[in-house]
Amino acid sequence: MAKSELELSWKDLEVGCVVSEPGNASQYRTGDWRSVRPVWDTEKCIQCGVCYIFCPDMAIKKTQDGYFEADLYYCKGCGICAQECITGCIRMLEEEE
Amino acid sequence: MGERVGIEVSLAAAEAVKMANVDVVAAYPITPQTHIVEHLSELVADGELDAEFIPVESEHSAMSVCCGSSAVGARTFTCTSSQGLALMNEIVFIAPAMRLPIVMILANRSLSGPLSIWNDHTDVMSVRDCGWIQFFTENGQEAFDHVMFSFRVAENPAVSLPIMMNMDGFVLTHVIEPIEFWDQETVKQYLPDFEPVNRLHPDNPVTMGAFGLPGIFTEAKKAQDQALINSKPVILKAWKDMGDLVGRYYKPVETYHVEGAETVFLSMGSVGETVSLAVDQLRAQGKPVGQVKLRLWRPFPFEEFREAVRGVKQMIVIDRAITYGGVGGPVASEIRSALYLEENMPTITNFLCGLAGRDVTAEDYMAMFEKTEQMAKGKVRQEDYIIYGVRE
Repeated sequence: MAKSELELSWKDLEVGCVVSEPGNASQYRTGDWRSVRPVWDTEKCIQCGVCYIFCPDMAIKKTQDGYFEADLYYCKGCGICAQECITGCIRMLEEEE
Repeated sequence: MGERVGIEVSLAAAEAVKMANVDVVAAYPITPQTHIVEHLSELVADGELDAEFIPVESEHSAMSVCCGSSAVGARTFTCTSSQGLALMNEIVFIAPAMRLPIVMILANRSLSGPLSIWNDHTDVMSVRDCGWIQFFTENGQEAFDHVMFSFRVAENPAVSLPIMMNMDGFVLTHVIEPIEFWDQETVKQYLPDFEPVNRLHPDNPVTMGAFGLPGIFTEAKKAQDQALINSKPVILKAWKDMGDLVGRYYKPVETYHVEGAETVFLSMGSVGETVSLAVDQLRAQGKPVGQVKLRLWRPFPFEEFREAVRGVKQMIVIDRAITYGGVGGPVASEIRSALYLEENMPTITNFLCGLAGRDVTAEDYMAMFEKTEQMAKGKVRQEDYIIYGVRE
């Protein structure tokens, strides 16, 4: 998208608000919704990948050293990863901290 | 020019849909629209019309299918009445927002309850603000002509909006009238092939019907409003071209004996011809009475309407629906708004009549004129309206 949504005038819209650029949902920063963020304690993490599997937004990625971290562009802070984590190594940290 | 045949108006409308070479018909039968759907299903079954006839399980599905088929670029038709329109309501509002040029005939019937199958305009008035182009037909010939008109206007790339053709239930749908058919060559000349502005196709993927966040919703609505307003020149051109081709010129606002008229009736739909009879008789008595018929309802033809009633002292607005606890009928409330800033705004009396098919004769309209004359001697308040003929 050339312009962000908030820069578009009504004249800029496609007829019927058709989205003519396929796959552009990936540009949507759902991370804006987040009030808490997942933080991994690598002391307790066993690198099982359960958090990666359960993340509903595919917002968890594997790091070079085999641990996991959230892609904060997309992570909504839903906490499912923390809920599912077998060793309890994920803590949901308040964003203001 | 085609031949003139005596035919039930519903069947004529279905034949017109066939001549428009529609691709998809998705509809659910409901009185008094049934004959249109039945005839179209026969035409498809008999191989006379090469189209998909989709016998859906409800009107909600009918309009949903129409949105899908229109989105892939198929010429799409449906029709319904009353409760059917109510059931498809959710999708009725979505079609214009997605700019899908579906053509729908609404065989006007009252909304329940009490349960009723007869004609009035409570169904169409329930979707007044749905964003479709809406107009009224007065007789069988108009209904036939306006099927072609509807496809041409709706599918015009500058418009790309659904269009609702109102046709009074029973009064039009179930009567046999002499109707001049168009020949196929004329249809071809008048109605180009459907080339959608956007089309769902795997070669060029697009998203239709995505959600709109608060940051874009207002702009989306402004664009939709403007699209409906901008459809008017296309509508006028389609009427002009039809006149040049078949000799019948239609206008957004029709007038009858308005020259020197101090009082005019305002009507929509099939009651117009009965009102004209009353106007004839009142004129014969030397009363300066005329008639204005509103054909185009959305976009509202402000300019033509104001021009038509300029200099008129009083208006008798006929409504076929009730706005409960409101300012009178929906048409009168619209008319008052349209004239609010005019100099010498006429007095407006509002009669609600012909609900659920109750007969209103020329004598009744003459009685409304008499009543209006009496009211003119007192002060007529804006919110006053009369439910004509109700037993006290």
